[in-house]
Amino acid sequence: MRDHSATVLDVANLKTVFNTRDGEVHAVNGVSFYLKPGELLGIVGESGSGKSVTMMSLLKLLPMPPAEIREGQIEFDGRDLRNVSDDDLRRIRGGEIGFVFQDPMTSLNPVFTVGFQLVEPLRLHMGLSKAEARKRAAELLELVGIPDAASRLKDYPHQFSGGMRQRVMIAIALACDPKVLIADEPTTALDVTIQAQILELVKELRQKLGMAIIWITHDLGVIAEIADRVAVMYAGQIVEHAEVKELFANPQHPYTRALLETLPRMGEARAARLPSIDGQPPNLDHAPTHCEFAPRCKHAFTRCRKENPKRFEVNPAHDVACFLAQSGGSTDA
Amino acid sequence: MLDAPKKPLVRVENLKMHFPIFRGVLKRQVGAVKAVDGISFDVFEGETLGLVGESGCGKSTVGRCVLRLYEVTGGSITIDGTDIATLSGADLRAKRPEMQMIFQDPQASLNPRMTVGSIISEPLDEHEHMTRDEKRAKVGELMDAVGLARRFADRYPHEFSGGQRQRIGIARALALNPKFIVCDEPIAALDVSIQAQVVNLLEDLQEKFGLTYLFISHDLSMVRHLATRVAVMYLGRLVELGDAETLYMAPRHPYTQALLSAVPNPDPAQAGHIERIILEGDVPSPANPPPGCTFSTRCPRAQAVCKQDSPAWREIGEGHFAACHFIE
Ligand SMILES: Nc1ncnc2c1ncn2[C@@H]1O[C@H](COP(=O)(O)OP(=O)(O)OP(=O)(O)O)[C@@H](O)[C@H]1O
Ligand SMILES: Nc1ncnc2c1ncn2[C@@H]1O[C@H](COP(=O)(O)OP(=O)(O)OP(=O)(O)O)[C@@H](O)[C@H]1O
Ligand code: SF4
Ligand code: SF4
Ligand SMILES: [Mg+2]
Ligand SMILES: [Mg+2]
Repeated sequence: MRDHSATVLDVANLKTVFNTRDGEVHAVNGVSFYLKPGELLGIVGESGSGKSVTMMSLLKLLPMPPAEIREGQIEFDGRDLRNVSDDDLRRIRGGEIGFVFQDPMTSLNPVFTVGFQLVEPLRLHMGLSKAEARKRAAELLELVGIPDAASRLKDYPHQFSGGMRQRVMIAIALACDPKVLIADEPTTALDVTIQAQILELVKELRQKLGMAIIWITHDLGVIAEIADRVAVMYAGQIVEHAEVKELFANPQHPYTRALLETLPRMGEARAARLPSIDGQPPNLDHAPTHCEFAPRCKHAFTRCRKENPKRFEVNPAHDVACFLAQSGGSTDA
Repeated sequence: MLDAPKKPLVRVENLKMHFPIFRGVLKRQVGAVKAVDGISFDVFEGETLGLVGESGCGKSTVGRCVLRLYEVTGGSITIDGTDIATLSGADLRAKRPEMQMIFQDPQASLNPRMTVGSIISEPLDEHEHMTRDEKRAKVGELMDAVGLARRFADRYPHEFSGGQRQRIGIARALALNPKFIVCDEPIAALDVSIQAQVVNLLEDLQEKFGLTYLFISHDLSMVRHLATRVAVMYLGRLVELGDAETLYMAPRHPYTQALLSAVPNPDPAQAGHIERIILEGDVPSPANPPPGCTFSTRCPRAQAVCKQDSPAWREIGEGHFAACHFIE
């Protein structure tokens, strides 16, 4: 199973609930995962499956209230993140853990120059002098492939294209040599040709800097390309987790299988009809009491509607939360 | 179907759409965004023509021009024999029911204060003279056709999921029995698991009603699945057009090659083994396109001539068109 000594981040049984006027929203329902130094963990799942809320919960980046972390342990580099002081948490945010948010336009401040936004964390977290910080800021922009970096420090975010803003975001997240970089859909809003540039950049940076990365996306193609391991989320839970090749070659959860089947493939003959998943994801107004995928699952049987399946290990590199997979295909239970 | 003679339902010739740029207190025109700058293509009856290209290259503008939602700057658009680029008033109104549009954002394109039933029947109020009962029956039929339960007719858009809202938009587009539908990124806002539902629905409806689609998308793998033929656009111009199979298997234009090679392949076993063409830089501004071939600032094969002469749009194989100086 997992070797806890070798992890940089270890999250167990995380539960996050929003208390809204219309009642509770159970966004994260007992999520556990770990991250080893230098590796890239991909998180996939459709809109609303809890990918962003999970990651924001780690660093308390959510508005609380309405958000509330009900349960869970979060261990980062030997420290218990649920019980560190606010000061420590602030130091970790943007310092030891870099974050690239889903929307570059809302997360880059439009009234400050890009240079200022890079220099600030360097001074705050690394204690660099103004001159040192400016030098390092220019290096960082260069590192993420922005031409003429030094002279662009005085430009404002709107003077950069979408792809370049995303590079700037990555540069800011990398500024303080983080141990962990969390990238939330960093390429979803970009064109494929620009996405290809960013993916190349990330591969290069991993070799150069060696930090661990969590990469959130709904694009299985991106996952296939850059991830070492993958966690598939559905309705606020991880329903399957495996090494990337294993997941694509041997998917166990009916949801993962269906996702892989619905993908049209570029290189293959055209399918007469796309396999689709009927129905919709559940609303999250209560904690799961049964398999949340059951209403859409072709294989659902009695037990699925009574009990929420726990993750069970198919092999040491692969686990899945599904009764059918667990029983080896038998629906007698 | 395959052997039937190909008859163009829509013929676009040398279409131009330039948006003026105004500056200063006097609002003097100082230039123009050449969103669409001289493109020609046919859409054959019953086919799906895919239109792909990067953000801002002019895809939506083409779609809107073809439906005459803009006063075009130049060129002609012939639909079923009538040039609609110059039609106006009653003549244009009479032609409207034949052509419809499905939009990207199902949320934004539906009036939140109208029930689903009244949203779907709105075009009927405008263009048809039907009794209330006839309308109700027609709305029911349309809801059946797109797979929405009839009992939802009195609900409001916010009570539906994204995929269901897109079905409402499709039902409304079908209300007047159109022949031709422009689908502008109809699945971009939907989840992967819902996209396939909507794509299958579009295909079923095409078969059932003999529809012709112009399908605008930046999802190259979905276009591969849906389209009969594909047109690739870059900075206001077409760079390549051909049948989907040929274009995806053997793209000839350097931009098409780069674009297709950039699509991530959902197969980790092949990761790292695929030769990828990484384009440098960004798409130039359509207000100030580069001289010569507009792709020359990023083209890995560009030569001196490319920066001076604009390559002609010509047939490079049967039904296969491209604009590049260096394609045999
Ligand atoms: N501030 C909030 N108040 C109430 N509910 C919220 C809030 N933020 C998020 N949620 C809910 O939590 C759930 C998980 O949201 P989350 O943003 O994590 O999804 P996601 O997987 O990142 O989706 P996407 O792919 O669309 O980014 C959703 O149902 C969402 O509506
Ligand atoms: N009404 C308008 N006035 C001025 N410029 C416009 C107008 N509509 C579009 N443009 C410009 O024309 C160009 C083409 O825009 P268009 O929306 O057609 O691109 P697109 O290919 O559909 O992009 P996307 O994939 O982002 O939807 C862009 O530079 C855009 O800013
Ligand atoms: S537990 Fe049952 S309902 Fe859930 S995915 Fe497995 S078979 Fe389907
Ligand atoms: S004409 Fe020149 S710049 Fe344009 S695509 Fe062909 S080779 Fe490239
Ligand atoms: Mg998110
Ligand atoms: Mg558009």
